[in-house]
Amino acid sequence: MINLQDLAKINDYEWEIPQSFRGDMRGPVRIFSTRKLLEQILGDKSLEQAVNASTLPGLVGAVVVMPDMHQGYGFPIGGVAATLFPQGAVSPGAIGYDINCGVRLLASSIELEAALPHLDSLATLLDHYCPSGVGVKGVVHVNVPELEHLMLAGSNWALKKGYANENDISRTEENGCLEGANPDKVSDRAKARGLAQIGSVGAGNHFVEVDVVDAVLDLETATAFGLRQGCLVVQIHCGSRGLGHQVCTDYVQDFQSTVLRYGIELPDRELVCVPMDSPEGKAYLGAMRAAANFAFVNRQLLAYSARRAFEETFAGKLKNWHLTQVYDICHNIGKVETHQVGENRIKVCVHRKGATRAFGPGTPGLPPEYQQTGQPVLVPGSMGTASWVLAGTETSMLRSWGSSCHGAGRTMSRTKAKHEIRGEDLRRTLEARGIKVRAGSLSGLAEEAPSAYKDVDEVVETVVAAGIAHKVARLRPLAVVKG
Amino acid sequence: MPFEELSHTADWSLRVWAEDLPHLFMEAAKGMNALAGIRLAKKPRVRRSFSASAPDAENLLVSFLSELVYFTEQDHLAFDDFDLSIEIEDDQPYRLSATLCGAPILSLDKAIKAVTYHNLQIRQTTRGVEVEVVFDV
Repeated sequence: MINLQDLAKINDYEWEIPQSFRGDMRGPVRIFSTRKLLEQILGDKSLEQAVNASTLPGLVGAVVVMPDMHQGYGFPIGGVAATLFPQGAVSPGAIGYDINCGVRLLASSIELEAALPHLDSLATLLDHYCPSGVGVKGVVHVNVPELEHLMLAGSNWALKKGYANENDISRTEENGCLEGANPDKVSDRAKARGLAQIGSVGAGNHFVEVDVVDAVLDLETATAFGLRQGCLVVQIHCGSRGLGHQVCTDYVQDFQSTVLRYGIELPDRELVCVPMDSPEGKAYLGAMRAAANFAFVNRQLLAYSARRAFEETFAGKLKNWHLTQVYDICHNIGKVETHQVGENRIKVCVHRKGATRAFGPGTPGLPPEYQQTGQPVLVPGSMGTASWVLAGTETSMLRSWGSSCHGAGRTMSRTKAKHEIRGEDLRRTLEARGIKVRAGSLSGLAEEAPSAYKDVDEVVETVVAAGIAHKVARLRPLAVVKG
Repeated sequence: MPFEELSHTADWSLRVWAEDLPHLFMEAAKGMNALAGIRLAKKPRVRRSFSASAPDAENLLVSFLSELVYFTEQDHLAFDDFDLSIEIEDDQPYRLSATLCGAPILSLDKAIKAVTYHNLQIRQTTRGVEVEVVFDV
């Protein structure tokens, strides 16, 4: 059990669990949080999990956790850990089952007033074209060789097939394709799960949401991102579906024996890991990147579907109904990146699980139009509350492995949410506030109720005050499609 | 029911107990179905066989439950009747052989996407054997 007195306060927004807290730690844990949020964080086992994460072999610097952190399994949600490349560890559990779960934001110049009469039919069309829910199949049909090809090519596959444009590709993290993907290292079972689900939202906390840009806090950056006050945007939150889950399941299981061969001892079997430069580590990295590319394509296909819904709703009624990509980010991923550590530039594998890359201005890899601003950091709120568009900063490069928060972060268990909140009541409350809801499961809706989450504004205030992101725009929900 | 749901911030957790290892596996499967809110069709009844081996009982349990997750997602099948045995051998200590009887899924409330190893430990207790399993949902 970790208590407040175990933490050293660095400032009002930063705390640390020193490496001396436990004998097996290989570095400290740095927590970005206010005192108030910290009290919520101390209510579950997330900090114990962060301490466990600090035992990963080859850890460089601190394990960093964000203010939206909460208990996961093995590695906390909202955690970031960097391990030395190539001999350090890669841990599938520290990247997560939903490999490359992430968020895509599309902007429009459709003004709210013009859209309001059509919101209901827009929500219905989005629900129709963006399949969501348990066991629902995706929007395209591919065979195994095609699936393997798209796992190698990522979003470029979608570009060649006409599901994407050049702007979509350049405004996707890593241009929508992680190099080094190896579909041969993805099991047949994972491929089978992927075949049926490519181009679908899934269930859980995944969604497609229409919002309005409610406030612009940094006009210059918002303009660079293509965001206009009072205009509609679309957020798409999903990942690699069953394919990614199966890849993680396969390797976590395989590594249970392998880890013993490498003499690695860990406090939690879910953190199981192998050296990146081992045959097993290379196989996992190849499979994980293939799953990540599948997820990029999945969100691209859903963007294509959202565009169909917008066209069908607004064509002939408005002059410009087009959706332009702002950015697409991963928040469950392992990436080899170069970071400044003290006096040295060091290549590390950054494990982000429930944390968003937040590269600051001038960082290589960003599209030219975002070189001055830093990358868009997309922070969806809980259902019915605000979402935020932030920008990465130079401080995030130095303090948090170029990372920031990824959402509001749960604070109430799903069980408690189901008992305390009725899905039908929640739907009525949201509709009364003018938010159109299309949900496959009312109990699933209840689990995702806003009261089950932290206050996203407070989470955002914390990362901004800590300097690891800055505010660009706030989004207000208008319509949500959930599984 | 020899299982109970435990509180978990983001995912689902289940405590299961039984007199011995084979029954623990069966009850864990039934508990998982209950968590997902699975309702089965009355007909047709279907039968599948499954065998696996693993270096320890926890690994075997994850293999078994992961197989059921796969059946649910890919074939829309779930199982409510099990003929299951576990042998312990010298070279590969734990070996499972099971016949699974069930039916197509009529409806389910929530998909379990993966079975984790988080703090997974099968313990001897006064009521036999007990385990807590965390599922990714």
